[in-house]
Amino acid sequence: MNYLWAFVVGGLICVAGQLLIDLTKLTPARILVLFVVSGVVLSAFGVWEKLVDFAGAGATVPILGFGHILAQGVEKAVAQSGFVGIFTGGITACSGGVTASLIFALIASFFSKSKSQS
Amino acid sequence: MRTNKKQYSKMVKNSSPKSHILRNCIWAFFVGGTICFVGEVLIKVYTAYFNFSVGDARQLASITLVGMSALLTAVGWYNRIARRAGAGTLVPITGFANAVVSPAIEFKAEGFVTGVACKMFIIAGPVIVYGTLASVIYGAVLFVKARYGI
Amino acid sequence: MYIKYKKPVAITAWASVAGKKEGEGPLADKFDERVADDYFGQQTWEKAETELQGRCIGHLLHKKGISAEDINVAFGGDLTNQITSTSFTMRRFAFPFVGLYNACSTMAEALLVAGCAIDGGFADNALALASSHFCTAERQFRTPLDYGGKRTPTAQWTVTGCGSMLLERVGHSAFIVAAQVGRVVDLGVTDANNMGAAMAPAAANTIRNFLLASGTKADDYDAIYTGDLGQVGSRLLWQLLEKENIVLTNHIDCGNVIFAENQNVQSGASGCGCGATVLAADILPKIQNGQLDNILFVATGALLSPSTTMQGESIPCIAHLVNIKSKKEIQQ
Repeated sequence: MNYLWAFVVGGLICVAGQLLIDLTKLTPARILVLFVVSGVVLSAFGVWEKLVDFAGAGATVPILGFGHILAQGVEKAVAQSGFVGIFTGGITACSGGVTASLIFALIASFFSKSKSQS
Repeated sequence: MRTNKKQYSKMVKNSSPKSHILRNCIWAFFVGGTICFVGEVLIKVYTAYFNFSVGDARQLASITLVGMSALLTAVGWYNRIARRAGAGTLVPITGFANAVVSPAIEFKAEGFVTGVACKMFIIAGPVIVYGTLASVIYGAVLFVKARYGI
Repeated sequence: MYIKYKKPVAITAWASVAGKKEGEGPLADKFDERVADDYFGQQTWEKAETELQGRCIGHLLHKKGISAEDINVAFGGDLTNQITSTSFTMRRFAFPFVGLYNACSTMAEALLVAGCAIDGGFADNALALASSHFCTAERQFRTPLDYGGKRTPTAQWTVTGCGSMLLERVGHSAFIVAAQVGRVVDLGVTDANNMGAAMAPAAANTIRNFLLASGTKADDYDAIYTGDLGQVGSRLLWQLLEKENIVLTNHIDCGNVIFAENQNVQSGASGCGCGATVLAADILPKIQNGQLDNILFVATGALLSPSTTMQGESIPCIAHLVNIKSKKEIQQ
């Protein structure tokens, strides 16, 4: 069942994004910013954690899940190290995805070249 | 000319074709859903067969998806799927990875320092900047709450 | 400004080179060269566009049987920042060179100015050229090529192609007899993915002014070609002109003829290379063999940059017009 809910919830979040693209003048970059900030807010109110329990990757894989990771990270860091945690929590928690993107991008640029489209 | 800006804006609106919202949403749903489904499978594999904790498995699943997206971008398939999938490939973490990998590849011609590295975050940068800002604000709120018991 | 050349200026030779997608379209057989590799054997897209222009000039010189030293002056441009593609081509050929930038209206602009140089008696011949390349335009004006994004239904596809023409005092196939220098027009369109809509008012303005100045009617021409308005821009052009009491029955947009409908280009084609290649591959041959006798070629350009778009500015546009006639027509 988890697989099904991951598919459905993940798909629906993408549909929300698509509606924002088609019905508003928001550019994709702005939509991503909106989603990641929403992820932080929803996580702060405890909503996202419930959705993660329910839909697993359906809630963690969309960019909202990235906001959730940032929020969880800062919660943990502030609880552990107080004031400094405000600054260290977010980026520490999301470093996996960011570092992977950065390193894979660098590796890809060694082997790949810009390609024409048709 | 007898047409003013206001009239013209109306004419442009009437003459420009609209997006096929339903078709776009169906594509976004299935492609986005599939990416999340793959993520869920990865999480299960990492916890069941490699004994990772759920938290670590989630991180690893995301990293794996980022790697797959980088590979698809490098061979030129990601944008072919995205051309139809729209938000289905934009919203998952794979879209973030594509936004980092594609400028890295594009600006290789301008050098590895001034091109690849400088331009790597021209599209994805805002996500990190405002995501981090949101987390710092949240952290500050939590800190004040804990310190002063509000 | 309306220009009536004292004596018709002859277009004595023309050449066109097109990219892969263009070479798979309806005009495939009409280009002098079409390539399978949009890199044109080069390492970067910018070098590719310079090579594209170089090959196009090569075909032109070859057809005419002249060498680079025989060219008195060249007028041309493209869409890259600081028109480097054209400047770098000129580094190779070393013609006396006037670089032009009016975005996608450059082909008409180059013909108009080259006509003046010859008609004014300053040159015996002049080369006019314009090019665009999908990949140089995409990476400069939009996003990296491998970035996954959906194209909006109003978006247009930048043509990879170059058109070049040789103008002389005497000739026997096609002649520029008049021209209209366009004004910058802006009716407030800010959407950089709807260029046709942004440019249509400029085209309407130039066509109306030319018809008034020349004392002719739209129906006097066999065809009125616009450069790259696409489907959306064409519809808007008809509406705008209808309000000026001008009904277009003979309008053809180059952006609607270079690709077939199944080539997935949304609202049509765009770019300097769009009007330039269609003029060289389709229109001029038709004038030469008598299928067309009297046409208007109106190329439109959107004068924006990525910075102005991000700053929320609307898009100022321009359209230049040249009136091209056949030998039969000017003898009457």
